[in-house]
Amino acid sequence: MSICKKTIMETSELLRTKKIGAVELTKEYLKNIRKNADINAYVTVCENEAVNAAESAQKLLDSEDEVSPLCGIPMGIKDNICTKDIRTTCASKMLENFTPSYSATIYNKLQRSGAVLLGKLNMDEFAMGSSTEYTIFGSVHNPWNGEYVAGGSSGGSASAVAANLAAFALGSDTGGSIRQPASFCGVVGLKPTYGLVSRFGLIAFASSLDQIGPISKDITDCALIMNAIAGHDPKDSTSVKGHASDYLEDLDGKVDQLRIGLPMEFFDSALDGDVGAVIRNALKSLESRGATLSECSLPSIKNAVPAYYLISSSEASSNLARYDGIRFGYRNENAKNIADLYRLSRKEGFGSEVKRRILLGTYALSSGYQDELYKKALKVRSIISQEFNSAFEKYDVIAAPTCPTTAFKLGEKLNDPLKMYLNDIYTVAVNLAGLPAISVPCGKGKNGLPVGIQLIGKPFSEKLLLNVGKRIEKEIGRLEIEQKEGL
Amino acid sequence: MDYDIIIGLEIHVELKTSSKIFCGCSNEFGGEPNTRCCPICLGMPGTLPVLNKKVLEYTIKAGLAMQCKIAKFSKFDRKNYFYPDMSKAYQVSQYDLPICYDGYVDIDVGDKTKRIGIERIHIEEDAGKLIHDSNGQESLIDYNRCGVPLIEIVTRPDLRSPEEAKILLETIKSILEYTEVSDCKMQEGSLRADVNLSLKRKGSKSLGVRTEMKNINSLRAVQRAAQAEAERQAGILGSGCEVYQETRRWDDNKGESFIMRGKEEAMDYRFFPEPDLPPVCVDEKFLKAIQASIPQLPRQRRERYVNDLGIPRYDADLITSNKHLADVFERASEVCGNPKLVSNWIMTDIMRRINEKGEEILNSHINGDNLGWILSSMERGEITHASAIQVIDVLIETGEEPGNIIERLGLKVQRDEALVVKAVKEVINKNPQALSDYLSGKEKAVGFLMGKSMAALKGRGDPIQVREILKKELQSYL
Ligand SMILES: [Zn+2]
Repeated sequence: MSICKKTIMETSELLRTKKIGAVELTKEYLKNIRKNADINAYVTVCENEAVNAAESAQKLLDSEDEVSPLCGIPMGIKDNICTKDIRTTCASKMLENFTPSYSATIYNKLQRSGAVLLGKLNMDEFAMGSSTEYTIFGSVHNPWNGEYVAGGSSGGSASAVAANLAAFALGSDTGGSIRQPASFCGVVGLKPTYGLVSRFGLIAFASSLDQIGPISKDITDCALIMNAIAGHDPKDSTSVKGHASDYLEDLDGKVDQLRIGLPMEFFDSALDGDVGAVIRNALKSLESRGATLSECSLPSIKNAVPAYYLISSSEASSNLARYDGIRFGYRNENAKNIADLYRLSRKEGFGSEVKRRILLGTYALSSGYQDELYKKALKVRSIISQEFNSAFEKYDVIAAPTCPTTAFKLGEKLNDPLKMYLNDIYTVAVNLAGLPAISVPCGKGKNGLPVGIQLIGKPFSEKLLLNVGKRIEKEIGRLEIEQKEGL
Repeated sequence: MDYDIIIGLEIHVELKTSSKIFCGCSNEFGGEPNTRCCPICLGMPGTLPVLNKKVLEYTIKAGLAMQCKIAKFSKFDRKNYFYPDMSKAYQVSQYDLPICYDGYVDIDVGDKTKRIGIERIHIEEDAGKLIHDSNGQESLIDYNRCGVPLIEIVTRPDLRSPEEAKILLETIKSILEYTEVSDCKMQEGSLRADVNLSLKRKGSKSLGVRTEMKNINSLRAVQRAAQAEAERQAGILGSGCEVYQETRRWDDNKGESFIMRGKEEAMDYRFFPEPDLPPVCVDEKFLKAIQASIPQLPRQRRERYVNDLGIPRYDADLITSNKHLADVFERASEVCGNPKLVSNWIMTDIMRRINEKGEEILNSHINGDNLGWILSSMERGEITHASAIQVIDVLIETGEEPGNIIERLGLKVQRDEALVVKAVKEVINKNPQALSDYLSGKEKAVGFLMGKSMAALKGRGDPIQVREILKKELQSYL
C-alpha cells in the first residue's frame, strides 16, 4: 500500500520508528501530486519549502522524544489562509500575485508542530461557491470520478485528502464549504464552533460565519488536527477562551444512551432517495449500538438559505471593499482617475460569482432596504439559533445528510446560481447558529459517489461529534478510492 | 438679525494612547510616511482588529468628565465608503450604541454660565492622509494616521452664537487636556470640529434647514466659520430664497465656505455591526477605577484658586485655561508657599516666555518644582528679582539646574558688608557730581548712586542693605 494512503496516526508511527524519513515521505506526496495533476487540487505546490520543512521536521524527530504526531506530516492548506512568503490567492485574479508577509495563526501552530506544507489548495474564488468551479485556476475534479465536482468551496482540500495528495488539509467553512466537499469526496470534514479556531490570517468572506477546520482521512486524524489548531488567539477578538480540549481523549465510539434528533426539514423532498437510504442505514447502525433516534423539527430552517445569502453577502460586500487596486492585488494600469481605478480594478479582478454577491450584499445593506433584507435575515438567524437551542434540550446530537445529493457533474449548475445555492440547504443553518458540525463518510450512492452524514452539536461539543463519527466509521469503514493504474 | 442662530458641534479628537486603536503601531504624530503601519492598520487580507483597551478607558474618562452616562453594552459598526486613505474601505465606528451618551458641559458666556448638552461620544478610527503631488500627476498616501483612535463628541444644538461655539470648543479642549486623553494639538489635527448651523426666525417654532461645515481646525476658525455661515444663510433667507441642506468646506484663508456635496449626494454608509469585534461590556469595577482617575477639572480648579488661594479671577481663568500651566502653578505654589507670588510671575514673566517660545517650555524645562524653588530663593533674599528672571532665562535656554545656574553665574546675593562698603565708596568717589547734587539737597541723586552701586555689585547686592550703606556713607559727607 502506498505510504500516502495511510492516516496521520499510521504515518506518524512510521516516522517515529524511523521506518520512513520525513523528507522521503514528503517527496512521495510531491510525486503523487504531480501524478494527479488532472484533479487540479493544488494552486501552488511549494516543493522546495516542503523539502526544507521536512528536513527540519526530521531533525525534531531525531532529537526529541516528545514530538507532536503531526511532526513531519505533509499537509495542504486552502488558498484563502495566509502563509508567509507563499502566494495566497483566494483563487482570484485579484490576489493572483499576493504574497502575505504574515501567517495565519493556525499555520503558525501547525508549523510549530512540525507539519510540512506541500502547497496551497484550489477553491471557489474568495470561498464563494459550492463546486470549486469559480476559480481562475480551473475546476477541481472529484477524485472518485473526474467528470464530477469535488464540492466547494474547499474542493481542493477535500479532493487532495481523498486522492492522497496530502495527509490532511485545512479548509474554511462559511456555509458548508468544509462539510459539503468532504461529503462529495468521501472524507471527514469538521466545521468547529464559531470562535474555537482562530480566524487570524483567514482571508475574510463573511466574518461572522467563517471558520477554519480540518479535512482528514478519518476521525482520529480529525481529532488530532483539532488538538493542534483549536484554542484562543489574542489576535482574533472573536476567538474564545477556555474551550479547547484534548480531542483524542476517550475517542471510543460509545453511543449508548445517545439521543439523536432527526429534523424532518432535513429529510424532505429535496433529499435524493439514494442518499437518504445511505444516511438511514448509517443511522440504523447507531441505533443498533444503543442510540435512540427521534424525529424533530426546526421549522425556521426553510428560511436559512435566504438568510444565509443575505448575511454572508452583506459582510462580503464590506470585507471585499478593500480590494481597490491601491495597496495590493490586481490593479488596472490604464485608469485615468480614482473612480476608474476602483471600477476597472474590481471589474477585472473579481469573477462573476464574487461580483454577484457583492452586489447582493451592497443592496441588502443599503438604506431603505436594510430593514427588509439584512435586518430581517438577522432575525431569522436568531430564531434559527433558538430552535437549535431548544432541540439540544432534548437531543445530544442532530443528524442529517450533509447534502441533498452526491456530487453533481462539472458544469451542471454553473449557470444556475439558485440551483447552486440550494445545494447548501442542509449546511448553512449551522453557520448561522455558530454550531459545530462534522461530515462523516457513511457509504456510497448507486453512482459510486460518496455520501456524508452530518452530525450537529451544541457549541463546543466537538468531542461528542467526533465520538459519534468514530462509531459510524467503525460500523461502515473508511471510503477509499481504488488506486489508479500504474501507481 | 431677525434670526436665532442654532449651532451644534461634532468634535473629533485623537486620543493620545501609545499605540493605535486595533494594532500595536505607534500612535505618535509624524514620522516618515508609511513607517507607522502594519498589516492590520493597512487592512491587509486576513488581518483582524483587536481593540486597544486604553481607547475604551480614555473614551469613558472623557465621557465621565462631560457628565455622560456610560453604556453598559455597546458595539462597533462598520461605516462603508471608498476613499484611498481608508485602508479597509470602511471605518470602524459606533452607530446606534455609542459608549457615552446624555452628558453636558458648562460654559462661561460673559458672566453667565450656560449648559450645553452632549448627545453622545463614540469611538472610531482615523484615516490616513492623501498627499497630492505638486505637478498634479500623482497622489500619494501616508497611512501613518490610519487606525489612530478618535472619539467623536456630538453636542446638542444648544449653542446660540458663533462665540458660544468657540467657547464650548475651548472648554471641551481644556477638559480633554485635563483628563489627559488627548493633547488637543489643533495644528496637528488632533482636535477638529464640524459646525452644524441653522437659522430660526425669531419667535418661530420651526427650525430652519441645517448645513454642516467640515473639519475646522482652530478655535478662531470655528467662530469665523459659524459667523460667516450665519450671515450666508441670513442673506439667502433675506432675499426670499431657501437654504439647502448640504455639506460645506470652510476655507479659513479665504474666509468663506464652499459646497462639498448636496443632500442628493449624501453618502449611504451602509452601517452594520462590525463582526470582527465583540460587543463592549463595561463592568462597574472598570468604571469606578476610571472615575477615580479623573482629576479636578478647570472650572473647579479655578473656583478653588479664587476662593481658597486668593488669586484674582482673571489670573485664575488664564492659568486654568491650560492644564500644564495650572499644574506648574499648583506645584510651584506648594514648593514656595506663596500662590499669589507664583500667579504674579506666571501672569507676567512666564506668560511672556510662553508667548515668545511656545507652550513646549512648560514641558521641557520649566516645571512647578524648579519655578517654586527659584521664587522661594528670591523670597528668602538669596537672589534678587533681576537674578530670578535671569535664572529663568537660562533655564529655558539650557535646562540647566537652577542651583547650578546661580552658582555658575555667581548670582547669590552679596551680603559681605566690607565688600558692599568698598563698592559704594568707589561709586561715590567716581561720581562727584552726584555727590554734590546730594549735598545740595537733590534726593534724586540717591537713586542714581543706588543704581550705580547695584551695577558695581553686578546686581547681586541686597538692595535693602546697599541702600542703608549708601545712605550712611552719604551722610558722612554732610
Ligand atoms: Zn498597525
